[in-house]
Amino acid sequence: MSEIRSDEEQLEEERLERQTSEGAQELQPRVRTKEVVLTGGGMWPEDELDDTMIINMGPQHPSTHGVLRLMMELDSEEVLRIKPVIGYLHTGMEKTGEELTYVQGGTNVTRMDYAAPLSNELVYSMAVERLLDIEVTPRATWIRMMLVELNRMSSHLLFQATNGMDIGAVSMMLYGWREREEVLRYLEYVTGLRMNHNFIRPGGVAADLPDGWQERVLELCDTVEHGVSEYDELLSENPIWRERTVGIGLITTEECLARSITGPILRSTGFAWDLRKAQPYLAYDEVDFDVVYGANGDVFDRYRLRLAEIFESIKIVRQCVERMPAGDYRVQDKKLTPPPRARIDESMEALIHHFKLFTEGFKVPAGETYLSIESPRGEIGCYMVSDGSGKPVRMHIRGPSFYNLQSIEPMGTGSLVADAIAIVSSVDPIMGEVDR
Amino acid sequence: MADDEAREDVHEAEPTPVAPDDEVAAAIVERFPGSQFDRSHGQPVVYVDRAVLADVAGFLRDEQQFTMCVDITATDHLLDGVRYVPAGVAVERYEVVANFLSHVRNRRVRIICEVPADDLSVPSLTAVYPGTNFPERETYDFYGIDFVGHPDLTRILMPDDWEGHPLRKDYPPARVPVTFKGDPHPR
Amino acid sequence: MPLDQIPHNFMTARLEDVVRWGRRNSVFPATFGLACCALEMMATGAAHYDLARFGMEVFRASPRQADLMIVAGRVSQKMAPVLRQVYDQMVEPKWVISMGVCASSGGMFNNYAIVQGVDQIVPVDVYVPGCPPGPETLMHGILTLHEQIRTGELLRRREASPTGGAAIQLDTSAPAPAGI
Repeated sequence: MSEIRSDEEQLEEERLERQTSEGAQELQPRVRTKEVVLTGGGMWPEDELDDTMIINMGPQHPSTHGVLRLMMELDSEEVLRIKPVIGYLHTGMEKTGEELTYVQGGTNVTRMDYAAPLSNELVYSMAVERLLDIEVTPRATWIRMMLVELNRMSSHLLFQATNGMDIGAVSMMLYGWREREEVLRYLEYVTGLRMNHNFIRPGGVAADLPDGWQERVLELCDTVEHGVSEYDELLSENPIWRERTVGIGLITTEECLARSITGPILRSTGFAWDLRKAQPYLAYDEVDFDVVYGANGDVFDRYRLRLAEIFESIKIVRQCVERMPAGDYRVQDKKLTPPPRARIDESMEALIHHFKLFTEGFKVPAGETYLSIESPRGEIGCYMVSDGSGKPVRMHIRGPSFYNLQSIEPMGTGSLVADAIAIVSSVDPIMGEVDR
Repeated sequence: MADDEAREDVHEAEPTPVAPDDEVAAAIVERFPGSQFDRSHGQPVVYVDRAVLADVAGFLRDEQQFTMCVDITATDHLLDGVRYVPAGVAVERYEVVANFLSHVRNRRVRIICEVPADDLSVPSLTAVYPGTNFPERETYDFYGIDFVGHPDLTRILMPDDWEGHPLRKDYPPARVPVTFKGDPHPR
Repeated sequence: MPLDQIPHNFMTARLEDVVRWGRRNSVFPATFGLACCALEMMATGAAHYDLARFGMEVFRASPRQADLMIVAGRVSQKMAPVLRQVYDQMVEPKWVISMGVCASSGGMFNNYAIVQGVDQIVPVDVYVPGCPPGPETLMHGILTLHEQIRTGELLRRREASPTGGAAIQLDTSAPAPAGI
């Protein structure tokens, strides 16, 4: 086949090259090869690739979750190729992680997956604790579990809000945020901040639960349960919603496993893998909850699955309230965890330990480990290498959204543009952990 | 050992590799001689020669039912204080680390290979596990490690025309000196 | 007609005041949520900390229809040209709120990857500190901006500056970039 290009195609290619100035990360127009065609007097055959358009969705776009750029080749409304381009939120957090001490590292890590910051802090703290070979107290474990499940609730409520808005049910945005505000208000009551809490620290948690936490969290659970059942009623049987989501963005289990995709996307294909059940950490083997999984691997399954996971989290939180053990909220090792602030006024030793911990931090013996937990987006892991000093040699976070973005290609190819938006929304990427 | 001389003798003698007590690691060490097993904080780790990395991955996927390659990353050990490395492994500046998970057998294994600074290349695992596409690009972006056989080895997080590989230890964090009002000198 | 015989159906005001009143009460923000601050910005627009009472709940996606760019989140080196391009596409009068410490000064990320303050790229009118600033803080920043719009202080300063308020002198002789 000889490559005969018309003038038009050459110009088109040059125009595309001028437009897309980033080079390698762009979708390149397909190489057009045309045979010499003898028409014998009839119509010139149509080139099916003639009308395709390579467009850019993002990085600034109302419905991409954060700064995700999707390059799509469109044939009128149908997506032929789709390629995510990322890096627009790259913050150098892994480099920063090597410059911060282990005590400070939580502040850095918590800003990666900013929809579920306590999960990041948890995986980081657990990795440090494993390298130190220490075990946290039971109360700290249960407090961590309760907070992480509350975070899962707030992250899935965020998903309901943004997913609803992207697919067109704009009022879901307001409803999702209404319940999420309640959860954030409770987290502010416990940790002091609405987001990016830096509360789960190596050795335990930063402070004990305040008085009256049980009543407030049970009230919160009732409010969220009521709200989420309202969303269920609003959307799950809604014919418009079902038309927009059922059968859209299909992916199979084999594709997910091959592409390192975890979390709700993997579970929506029918594969019931949840690290909380399969490789339990904290106290998940002592509480009673179900792993929610779907059947078809489409957008509707992922929506319904995350909705059901909110109910499971409520179950776990209620059990935490009943069974919270008494005791210390942190490991009582003066070299690791700082003393309570009040004691600094009374004891010189406490003051010195506080000073040392917050300026130099503690030293971790040389070693390396990989630890992973189940965040609302999938398997979040922390690969940490230490060298006996106060700062890690390597602090790598395996952010689930980074890998889940690889699912956009098989799901989005062949779909319509509006479905592409629904698909990206159902993947629920958080660009903070994609780009780190 | 209190005697310094005796301690030197122990170090100069050939260190005996630890026998694997994990069946997957044992299978890897058996199939790929020259690999070294380590139990790192309760997790099985196998240090393999970097030339066979893709073969090890294929072995894990086909014969050991490791359904997913969870993560690929690298470490730069240029400025280590104490370098943690088990006996029998030839240390280099860089390490490429791959974590694998088997859902059916519910176990994990970690494969580490040492990569010298003057020959920064490693076979790519994308043919075995397509999901390593993004992490290998990220490792290339941050360390400059060439993954031979990767379909699209370009920068993924840094801008396309960035020079340098940011996570290397000789790449500065590029802090901008910050001055506060009334401060005699920037910090 | 003498003034006392006018049937008192209208008020008089200076034209500038009316224009500023209109501009202040219908600022349309452009969606520029980048990172964690974006969630707090969305929370400010949601039902509890309602921005609709200030006329601002419509976050315009197209910069051509927006007045205010709330840069919410950390701006990376790769995002900086995009930020400038979106700012350039906005039509005058336009304002910029730098939300959060990462947008104001680079925040806790003082490294190779983050622009140390968006005022290196676009002229900023109000800086809102916080990591992330809670919705009340952001609203205080927005109301500060409204006050400055109401008194016209912003436009006065912009006219006085040689670049029209921009930090950089733009070269308008080059052809506009295609795309977007």
